[in-house]
Amino acid sequence: MTFFIEVLAGGLLAGVMYSLVALGFVLIYKASGVFNFAQGAMVFLAALTFVSLLEMGWNFWLALLVTLVVMVGVGVLTERIVLRPLVNQPPITLFMATIGLTFVLEGLSQMVWGSQPHGLELGIADVPMEWLSEKWNINISKFDLFAAAVAGVLVASLAVFFQKTRIGRALRAVADDHQAALAVGISLQHIWAIVWAVAGFVALVAGMMWGVRNGVQYALTFTALKALPVLILGGFESVPGAIIGGLIIGASEKVAEVYLGPYVGGGIESWFAYVIALVFLLVRPQGLFGEKIIDRV
Amino acid sequence: MKRTTLALASVALLAAGYTGTASAQAKEQFVPANGYWVGPYAPGGSGIFGGFLDYLKMINARDGGVNGVKFTWEKCETEYNNARGVECYERSKKKGPTGATMIHPLSTGITYSLIEKGTADKIPIVSIGYGRTSAADGRVFPYVFPLITTYWSQATAMIKFIASKEGGTAKLKGKKIVLVYHDSAYGKEPHAVLQKMAEQYGYELTLLAVPHPGNEQQSQWLQIRQIKPNWVILWGWGVMNPTAIKAAAKIGFPRNKMIGVWWSGAEEDVIPAGSAAKGYMAAGFNISGANFPVIQDIKKNVYAKGEGEMEDQSRIGSIFYNRGVVFAIVTVEAVRKAQEKYGKGQSMTGEQVRWGLENLDISEAYLKKLGATGFMQPLKVSCLDHEGGGQVKFQQWDGTKWNVITDWITADKALVRPMIEEDAAKYAKEKGITPRDCSKES
Repeated sequence: MTFFIEVLAGGLLAGVMYSLVALGFVLIYKASGVFNFAQGAMVFLAALTFVSLLEMGWNFWLALLVTLVVMVGVGVLTERIVLRPLVNQPPITLFMATIGLTFVLEGLSQMVWGSQPHGLELGIADVPMEWLSEKWNINISKFDLFAAAVAGVLVASLAVFFQKTRIGRALRAVADDHQAALAVGISLQHIWAIVWAVAGFVALVAGMMWGVRNGVQYALTFTALKALPVLILGGFESVPGAIIGGLIIGASEKVAEVYLGPYVGGGIESWFAYVIALVFLLVRPQGLFGEKIIDRV
Repeated sequence: MKRTTLALASVALLAAGYTGTASAQAKEQFVPANGYWVGPYAPGGSGIFGGFLDYLKMINARDGGVNGVKFTWEKCETEYNNARGVECYERSKKKGPTGATMIHPLSTGITYSLIEKGTADKIPIVSIGYGRTSAADGRVFPYVFPLITTYWSQATAMIKFIASKEGGTAKLKGKKIVLVYHDSAYGKEPHAVLQKMAEQYGYELTLLAVPHPGNEQQSQWLQIRQIKPNWVILWGWGVMNPTAIKAAAKIGFPRNKMIGVWWSGAEEDVIPAGSAAKGYMAAGFNISGANFPVIQDIKKNVYAKGEGEMEDQSRIGSIFYNRGVVFAIVTVEAVRKAQEKYGKGQSMTGEQVRWGLENLDISEAYLKKLGATGFMQPLKVSCLDHEGGGQVKFQQWDGTKWNVITDWITADKALVRPMIEEDAAKYAKEKGITPRDCSKES
């Protein structure tokens, strides 16, 4: 039983890491209806820029600030160069544009900072908490708890931003109805630039967390693959959905790998997450928290 | 600025497939540089081909090539992708006055794709430390050379090393060993050998697969925590390696009971894991260090003139860089050997270089002459044995550098060779190949 609790807790905390990446997708989809395939590349660019600045001897906070400026710049430029010329094009066109953006960002990141892997430490050891191990024989990493706390603060901040600020209300208005938002004088381009900048910030946070866990290297782009089943399950437009989806995916894949894996040769967790997502798709196509679309015919 | 220029060249390389040639020579020996400089495996590819090309440049600059025949090359970006690897092969096989000297595919998958093509085109496929283990049987695979040491040899050397730490092979009985492997053909290579040795020595073997790319391993390491193994063997690649080391720290598994395969034992595998990697061990068929005379010669003849491949010169002497130098030493010496038979000062064909490879004899004394004593093991190849070496050293990461902790450990050839012959015979039967009679080879 203790082992099951440990697997479950570990899975839930791993799910939080997936949610951090999924949040970036949700923000952009919510505001613009664009599925941003480049979110994984943004995570990579953010983490690589941050760690490279640190290695150049920059102060932690200055490196963080400059990286944030870079990510905001990338967001604004994406809106100007990629999205604005494609306004009113079909969603698939915008999606294809973000695929192109993925390769550009990956190439640019390596062009500027090189392709070597880097280590990243944030001062919180990724080791088990001793008192929990000794008293209950359960291994929970301090860093996992830190990542969960960061995700909590991020979600709370986003909630306040969306609910309580003028820009946040404008974002919600654009998300609800582009035409109506335009009619009341909300600038679509302005809002899109802001939301891409916020997604850049979320990418930086996700990149730092994943960078500590795996090192900062090209493979960070693969974190997007971990976020996809979370999005399918939680819904593409829901911030709470990204969190709940992450927790369900994280816990299920770990439990499946540990208890089902040995009977089928192991290594099942990467595709098992998609099995769960597909089952949800069949039962509830809009995801757990997605909006049900009803078209008048 | 130089980094930007190099990166732009890499982007162009992606688009065009290659980056141009070294200047044409009257007498030249063309060697394709089909590798990877971008993407997830770029740290390995750029390091190995950096060392490889730097050594060829050094031979050209210091010695004027081999008996006056200078090496030329052309880069082709494979991205560690089978289809692109085959495309690069097709593009490069007829370049130069005599076609490709040999191909270093730098990927087990690409090697498998080229076995039949290379044999048909009479171009040696040299897979040092990777590829198909049973290709070591040269009777069935005349054009394939898994030189120096194979995965199966390495697996037996790892068990020997563990036995030495436990106090002898008799002490292995009842011990628990877990293999954490990349869930691919590469990761499954050692299964048969490790299982056979488990039957022989009585240790309990557990196989735990990690799905590609290996950036999430919590489930596997929670299982390890429950199994409580005495040793963990890590058979990873790329991001899987630092993730595994970090995951080991996360469950409190001691890193000095964890041994990596040679593709899990470079600086690029431990630096991202930070302090968690301290004490971690790995096998290697080459060692790190920039103080070897051969590396100093590269610095003197190549970097002093500003012609080196490595933009970050701190990587010179790293595991991957030095591995590339080993690849190049083998390449150059095979050409030299071929010239001894087919004509000094002449460009050699792939077929002639195949003979050179099959008759390579790099002794300890010759290694000293090359400035590579201790850098790599002596190598004696034959028609029957396309491996030629079969030894590994073990090294341990101290937090800043790799330290060699053993001498060369020889593989259990009595166990491995019959398995190689059995698998090669099966391949020969499938493909309708009549194995060569090595007694008739000269």
